[in-house]
Amino acid sequence: MSAQVVTENVDLLEKFPQSVKQDDRAGYAGYIVSADHLLEVVRFIRDDMGFDYLASITGVDYLPNGLMEAVYHFYKTSGGPGLVIKTQVDREQAAIPSLVSLYPGADFQEREAWDLLGIRFDGHPDLRRILMWEGFAGHPLRKDWHEPYYEEEGKPYKSRWPEGKVYRREDKNPFHKNVDYPAGFDPDKWVPDDDSTLYASVNKISSAGGESGIKTDYVIVNMGPQHPSTHGVFRMVVALEGETIRALKPVMGYLHRNHEKIGERNTFLQNMPFTDRLDYLSSMSNNFGYALAVEKLMGIKPPERAEYLRVIMAEFTRISNHLFAIGSLLNDMGAYFTPMLYAIEERELILDIFEATAGSRIMCNYFRFGGVARDLPEGVEEKMRDLAFKRLPRKIDELDLYLTNNEIVKARGEGVGVLTPEQAIAYSASGPVLRASGVPYDIRRADPYSIYDRFDFDVAVRYHGDVYDRYLIRVDEMRQSVRIIQQALNGLPKGPIQEGKPQYLVRVPAGEAYGRVEAPKGELGFYVVSNGKANPWRYHVRAPSFVNITALETMAKGNKVADTVAILGSIDIVLGELDR
Amino acid sequence: MNEGLNKPEYEIPPEMKHSVAITTIDRIYNWSRRSSIWPMMFGLACCAIEMICTAASRFDLARFGMEVMRPSPRQSDLMLVSGTVTKKMIPQIVRLYNQMPEPKYVVAMGACASGGGPFKEGYNVVSGVDNYIPVDVYIPGCPPTPQALLNGLITLQKKIDTQSIRDVRWYKKGTSETIPVPVLGPDIMDPREYDLLRQYTFQKLNPENINQPSVAEQEKGS
Repeated sequence: MSAQVVTENVDLLEKFPQSVKQDDRAGYAGYIVSADHLLEVVRFIRDDMGFDYLASITGVDYLPNGLMEAVYHFYKTSGGPGLVIKTQVDREQAAIPSLVSLYPGADFQEREAWDLLGIRFDGHPDLRRILMWEGFAGHPLRKDWHEPYYEEEGKPYKSRWPEGKVYRREDKNPFHKNVDYPAGFDPDKWVPDDDSTLYASVNKISSAGGESGIKTDYVIVNMGPQHPSTHGVFRMVVALEGETIRALKPVMGYLHRNHEKIGERNTFLQNMPFTDRLDYLSSMSNNFGYALAVEKLMGIKPPERAEYLRVIMAEFTRISNHLFAIGSLLNDMGAYFTPMLYAIEERELILDIFEATAGSRIMCNYFRFGGVARDLPEGVEEKMRDLAFKRLPRKIDELDLYLTNNEIVKARGEGVGVLTPEQAIAYSASGPVLRASGVPYDIRRADPYSIYDRFDFDVAVRYHGDVYDRYLIRVDEMRQSVRIIQQALNGLPKGPIQEGKPQYLVRVPAGEAYGRVEAPKGELGFYVVSNGKANPWRYHVRAPSFVNITALETMAKGNKVADTVAILGSIDIVLGELDR
Repeated sequence: MNEGLNKPEYEIPPEMKHSVAITTIDRIYNWSRRSSIWPMMFGLACCAIEMICTAASRFDLARFGMEVMRPSPRQSDLMLVSGTVTKKMIPQIVRLYNQMPEPKYVVAMGACASGGGPFKEGYNVVSGVDNYIPVDVYIPGCPPTPQALLNGLITLQKKIDTQSIRDVRWYKKGTSETIPVPVLGPDIMDPREYDLLRQYTFQKLNPENINQPSVAEQEKGS
């Protein structure tokens, strides 16, 4: 079912007959690698087969088989389809070699799999919890772990309709709240985590001695979780020598709202509005990725008009997201709120289109499996044309004129937070962050989905990999999006917008699928495993913000503390997606 | 002079309307407070984006004198809880609330802050910020549109109008109580509920206690 995985030219089976076997479960693709030989095989995949980009790492808990499985998706930055490998271990003693030594971008994703699924990654340099706090009881994404408000394995819950009487789950909890504690737990004997492991991990570097050769003490400064320039509830712990950053550890999870656990209880369609709330600045793109993943499993394709509408909406989303990103980047640089007002003005016009079409400004919930929810109402197409052909090109030029040659933008941006192309690939950076470092990798071109292969557009690339280039690339990309929208509007056919009849409960055959789109912030992937029931067995989101932040420390090291704010702004994170 | 300042029952001659006002202490006190509420610059999730849009030129929070967003809790009057409150974040939110000087108000913006919203069943989600801090106004919506947020803020202004300087809590004798900061244990722990917690985990430990009335039933009976 996962059409993306092409197995031709791959001689993994011949090369490693002992440790690699084909994944021959129905609906699955790729290879199963034994945990003992994982590093060896992955090194071959990277060095000899050329899969230099590790897109996603996640785990799946196959409780009935007693197995814990780690799933790796590899791609080539030169383009083309990907390669999936899996490693299965006993779920009671789940331990898998860490890939951080080969792909530094594995760092946070492995920590997440440890935190939520309890897979221990041997050889990981800093295996701490990442989304939950140290001391939290259990690994919540394990299938036998139940949340305090647990009712049933999957929705719709019977309890919500017992002969028309609905009860509220909190009434059955002694605390009337969303909490549960282990038996025999005594709060008086509890010692809460004092962040000592976190500070120890920041301090690892601190003993080496600075540039001057004089051994100095580093000052540890916490920024966030309540800080005006962290774009939400994000925390950075920095070790400073004077004002220079020597180490930086991001701390996240302050907005971890359990998308994956809730997603595995939801039916397939119920997840669609939840994807809106991942990257809440670009909900249409999130819909896109999830719809693609499930459509791959179901083996359906939307009709032509729906494909065009999807592309138009996704590109409008990219423009509105980049406007907001540039506005907040300028905020972070000190141009407090004025550029933001210009950006929001245009964004509001795009949101008007979304509201008219989908019914909501920012939580659009517009895509359906095999189509879109609604057709364009009267007058909206003219509004879109007006924006795409007249207003937006002018306004993007205006933004460009005011900001690009601004002395402060240049001074704060040029040469700050540099990420080399090699680093960007190694850290699995994606989207504007990757392309601003000189890697022309855009999924719309490298591994086209939907109907992107029909449009004429350039993949924007910049070569310095600094804050300034990450600003410029967003301006470039907005221009390209306008081009795509113009072509799509001119080619927009008439016809149905939904393949077959819209269904509330879709039938999804058993299998796995990885749907990836070029979201405004980077590669957004949905890894969905179905076992043929109404709910996904596994629902994993590969969020671009989360993976891009892995490279933050590399970008920030050696810069001044004030620059972290600009660097973070240039990555363009959204906490809803970073913490999920 | 502002219409809101005059006490309606007193007639003021038209020629003096712009220079004279007859009012009460309460009215002038509330009028000045309601017209310069400084919200804390504090965004949690999706709702924060709509909050930013409300502050921008199209909806313009400045019309209500609320455009001065303060990044520090020490300088703010209003905490707009704009988004999902998680267990990992609630200690910080309570701390921020405690740091705000009186008079202070809390608006729960959106379904998540009011009651958990779509994420209510999540293991890391606090189902409603009012489990920990007192809330003055709840705004429904997911997320509330800027218009809904404005309506919520106008509702808050109406609430302020009803307060009297004689009995507001911040002029009462004694020090105001701080809310104990929740502790991150195996799950989030509210220090005010330790007795119930001990009782519950003890009951869970001993299977023979299961037949006895549960904590919840005992509570109901008392």
